[in-house]
Parts: sequence; C-alpha cells; structure tokens
Amino acid sequence: MSAFLFYFFSALTILAALLVVLNREAVTSAMCMILALVGVAALFILLEAYFLAVLQVVVYAGAVMVLFLFIIMLLDTSSRRIHVTEMNLVAAIIALVALAGGAIWLANQYPAVAELPKIQELPTDQDPLGYATAAKTFGFGLFTRYMLPFQVAGFLLLTAMIGVIALSKRAPADSGDPVKEPRDTRD
Amino acid sequence: MQPGLQAYLTVAGMLFAIGFFGVLLRKNTLVIYMCLELMLTATTLALVAFSRFYGTMDGALFVFFIITVAAAEVAVGLAIIVALYRRRRTVQVDELNYLKH
Repeated sequence: MSAFLFYFFSALTILAALLVVLNREAVTSAMCMILALVGVAALFILLEAYFLAVLQVVVYAGAVMVLFLFIIMLLDTSSRRIHVTEMNLVAAIIALVALAGGAIWLANQYPAVAELPKIQELPTDQDPLGYATAAKTFGFGLFTRYMLPFQVAGFLLLTAMIGVIALSKRAPADSGDPVKEPRDTRD
Repeated sequence: MQPGLQAYLTVAGMLFAIGFFGVLLRKNTLVIYMCLELMLTATTLALVAFSRFYGTMDGALFVFFIITVAAAEVAVGLAIIVALYRRRRTVQVDELNYLKH
C-alpha cells in the first residue's frame, strides 16, 4: 500500500512539475505548481513528516502560490506568446537529460558511497533530536540546537518585510520613465 | 514494502532537473521564478528523506528554515518583478536587455 501511494504521488508530482514548465498560460502553470507542491506534501506524509506536510500546504501551496497567482493576474501577461528559439530548446533538453540522468545515477550509486540506512521504527525516546512526528520535537530542536538560526530567520523575515515595503513604495526617481512612453495616470 | 531512500532521491533529482529545464526554457520571469521554487522543493524532499532514513531531526529542521527563507525570498522577488514591470511594462526576459546593449 505504501509503495503504491509512493509511486502514485511521485508520478503526480513529476507530471504536475512537467506541466508547470510546458504550459503556455502562466496561471495554469501556477495551478499545476500547487498540484506539484501538494504531491510533495503527500510524499512528506509518506516519510512521516506530518508537521512539514502541513507547513508545505499552508505556507507553499497556500500563501506563496496565492501571492504568485495575485501577481500573475495583476501583471496580466497572458496575451504574450512564448517564442522559444531552437537553440534554447536544445540547450534546455540537454540540461534536463544530463541533470536528471546524473541525479538518478547518483541516487542509485549511493550505497557505493556510504552504507544505505534501512527505514527504522519511529519512537526513540532516548535521543531528544531523534526523528519524531510530533510538532513538539520541532520546537525542542528550534529552541536548543538551532536557536541562533531560528533568530536569524526571524530577523531575515523582518528584513524581507522592510525590503518589500521599500520596493513597493514609489520612489521619486521612478517618475522619470526610461521607456519613452506617455506616463499613464492610473496609478 | 516501503520504498527505499534511493526512490525518494530519484524523485527529488527528477524534480530538480525539471525545475532547471523550466528555468532554461521559459521566457516569462514569473514562470522562471516558479521553476526556481520547484528546485527548492526538490531539495527539501531529499532532506526530509535523508532525515527520515537516518533517524535524526536535523534534516527536517533544515527544511523548516528553507521554507522560511523561501517565503521571504518569494515576497522580495515578486516585489522586484512588480517594480520592474512598472518601469519597463514587460516581464519577458528577452525584452529585459538594458544591460546587454
């Protein structure tokens, strides 16, 4: 059953990822991206990382992709055609084949590099940072070994917030339009 | 039967390659940005798989930080794209060639 679910969600994720790349419309790409992210969240559940699966759906498929959709609809790029040059296509396909082949080869080469661990039964009470499903373990890890990165992440979020406010505010220099177009007054 | 570590790493590698494929192929800045997010997600999948199979929490905690950084990065990146669109009225990378000429 677990194997079936793994193959099903892997196929779903990879198919959705391919559709993200190959779709003409940016909005449809974003929808397929949500599907791919939910598929990854399902793989997280199969790996018994329930908290991360919830985080993936709420933060990525929820907040981040809604932001993407909002910007895509705001900028309205749907009327543009994609004009892919032949050179571009060949380079991209070569990169895809080389990178995917290399990654798969490396993944299956892995036991030669180090001994491959077998999946273990879950509860390990002795090691406080052993793998566990509860969100409590995340809190314990974040407030003990990863205290400094945790605070740096908070500071990073603050910086990003200030940066976004500064970027989206209309600077005085912005009124000099480099594109020789009549300035529209709608914003 | 549980699928092994290799299976998860293979899926993560394929996802990463597809993301890179999209970055090279597409011309729309927003789609390129989505493909970058796809590559980031592929790495988180590999990290969670390693974390689960080695029985430690560290990989899962890294994923927590990666999701935080990705959220901040998306907010700033999209603000930059909107600012760019305001000045140039386009988000196609082949039309954004100010530094080229």
